[in-house]
Amino acid sequence: MNNPTDMLTAQQRQDIIRHSLQKRHKTERRLRWAGLTAITIAISFLVILISNIFLNGYTALLQSELQVEMTIPKAELVDENGDLDAARIMTFNWNGLVKKAFRKKFPDVKGMMDKRSLGDLVSDNAGYELRLQIEKNPELMEQNLFWIKTSDDVDMYMKGRLDASLPEKMRRLDDKQIGWVDQLKEVSEIRKVFNTGFFTTADSREPESAGILGAVVGSAMALMVTIILALPLAVMAAIYLEYFARPGRVTDLIEVNINNLAAVPSIVFGLLGLSVFLGFFNMPRSAPLVGGMVLALMTLPTIIIATRASIRAVPTSIRDAALGVGASRMQAALDHVLPQAAPGILTGTIIGIAQALGETAPLIMIGMVAFVVDVPTSITDPATALPVQIFIWSDSAERAFYERSSLAIMVLLVFLISMNLLAVILRRRYEKTW
Amino acid sequence: MRFSHILAGLALSASLVGVAHARDQISIVGSSTVYPFATIVAEKFGQSSGFKTPVIESTGTGGGMKLFCAGIGLEHPDITNASRAMKSGEAELCASNGVEFQEFIVGNDGLAFSNSNASANFEISIAHIAAALAAELPGGGKTNISNAAMSANMLTSWAEVDAFVANMGGASAGLPDQPISIMIPPPTSGTRDAMGSLFMKAGWKKLGLDGDGYKNLREDGKAIEMGENDALIIEKLVAGPEMFGIFGYSFFDQNRDKVQASVVDGVELNFDNIASYEYPGARPLFFYVKKQHMGVVPGMKEFISEFVSEKAMGMDGYLFPAGLVPLAEDSFAEQVEARNSL
Repeated sequence: MNNPTDMLTAQQRQDIIRHSLQKRHKTERRLRWAGLTAITIAISFLVILISNIFLNGYTALLQSELQVEMTIPKAELVDENGDLDAARIMTFNWNGLVKKAFRKKFPDVKGMMDKRSLGDLVSDNAGYELRLQIEKNPELMEQNLFWIKTSDDVDMYMKGRLDASLPEKMRRLDDKQIGWVDQLKEVSEIRKVFNTGFFTTADSREPESAGILGAVVGSAMALMVTIILALPLAVMAAIYLEYFARPGRVTDLIEVNINNLAAVPSIVFGLLGLSVFLGFFNMPRSAPLVGGMVLALMTLPTIIIATRASIRAVPTSIRDAALGVGASRMQAALDHVLPQAAPGILTGTIIGIAQALGETAPLIMIGMVAFVVDVPTSITDPATALPVQIFIWSDSAERAFYERSSLAIMVLLVFLISMNLLAVILRRRYEKTW
Repeated sequence: MRFSHILAGLALSASLVGVAHARDQISIVGSSTVYPFATIVAEKFGQSSGFKTPVIESTGTGGGMKLFCAGIGLEHPDITNASRAMKSGEAELCASNGVEFQEFIVGNDGLAFSNSNASANFEISIAHIAAALAAELPGGGKTNISNAAMSANMLTSWAEVDAFVANMGGASAGLPDQPISIMIPPPTSGTRDAMGSLFMKAGWKKLGLDGDGYKNLREDGKAIEMGENDALIIEKLVAGPEMFGIFGYSFFDQNRDKVQASVVDGVELNFDNIASYEYPGARPLFFYVKKQHMGVVPGMKEFISEFVSEKAMGMDGYLFPAGLVPLAEDSFAEQVEARNSL
């Protein structure tokens, strides 16, 4: 009877409880409020980041073109049989043709310097791109009207990213050039169209012809190598560790090492790739094969850990039953446990691969951070990867690359989000609960 | 399965596909300052020659030299770009690996000492730049006795730098009371080496100081070392009107709407002053070709002919609009001669 509460009246006891309850509710509200604030801050940062990328990048979906009237001198380009002659097409001065035709629009422009700055309104790659079109479709030679790409500076002006109110010497286009573009605008001989080239070409030094196809293909090849190497190795390692390895110091050591490896900075794998794959095995620099191998080393621990977790989630009764009816340990693992664990393994793999897709650091060391114009056709061809392309463009002096890197970030985000979405869908659909 | 097993497996698969590869495009590494020019040439070359477009990595001059001099064979690059001449140590490395090379001068560049357009334009001398960046100055820069013992640089504002330079016998530039904050290139960069010799060493001499104290830059946060990313420096200059950045002329030229270049030693940064070397930050840009790879990698000779030509490097060449300052005629003739002798 020493407990003081026993001596209180019922009323007093209720008061105490009510008071402490109030206090507890208050703490709970505070905690909830703090959590909400944290989430709000996080979401608003995300919104700011994504909208910033979007606002910088959506204009790269459009490309300015101007209309030029010209006749292509067919006679100079075909051989005796009337077929296109590859050598003649290669040596023909396409840029000269395009620029000359464009200058005809402004017959009043005289003088070397003025003519030159007029020619600067046209993309330096316009002639080359015209040549590619004609090589693909020789019938175009009969045509007289062509839409050709403008230079990146004109493109920036058309998109409102070049401030015409700045003093002349602080702009990339002078007053005359802006005047010419405005004239073209009035007669609508300059237009903005969807920038298909961005998705169908590889890198270029001219922003108006730079695209991400090379980087996308490079990333896809590297990730393919990563999956082919990492997935079977990781699954085998996980099965071995779960079912075959005898518990002991060695197994513990391996386990600790795998967990540690998952946290090793990715640049270290790049260094490993440089010294082992390039240095020792003399593999090609800048190749998606080596990139994929380095990324495989990086994702291996992630997939092993995910696989082990999903194997462990399969009830032992399934394995016991298999062993009970006479299956070997291997049969039990491969035929009975693994299929049940597959959705979890797949999810882990996709998340690991998504992580690898966003990596740049290890690729620097093995030379995948490079200017590569040709779309790679095999895994030993030089290539870049998506995040690397973003890095290269963001480091370029030309302003037009800025919007392109933002658009490339959006493309990368779309890939990442769809991969993660796929992981969620697979998990929802095939996950079993016992 | 042990990690070594995994490695062995990977190595096995690597040896199956990797080793027997032949490279059919030129591989170029090196300076980030030469990179924009080399990539333009490479692209034109790929479009017009029928050869594959060379692959170019921007590794910095020092990094490029290391890769270039590592040896002969297709796993090593064929060409390295450099924003300074090859150092003797690098030449020794090349020699010890049996690499024979030919040097080419591409054109000229000028180190821009620039700040945001939103701020006042500086008229400055290299003595000011050296005093602002050196790790140690006589008396820490706070005394007028020029033979005072060296101690850590205590100058914090441009006005103090101005006073120090005046005390050392230099001309005052009337700089404002604005804190010092300068973004400098990383040690692997050739631009850093050029800054070391053109601004620091020459500025040190102008201050009337001996020794090699100019070699050490202050590490108290006033000199901020950046990566090989000049675009980032421009962004930071815009965001921080009190900051200065040091980078190549082409970057300045492309971003005139955002940054301005300080007048150094009374000379404005422009094409003419770089070409005449009146601008103190003017410097040549180089590339080095591995002689043993000539004729081994397809298109080497053709690529060099494309680069070292009037139509690329000349006054009316396509590198001019990208910010490359053409060589003087006699120097260009030397390059052509070297090209023809390859």
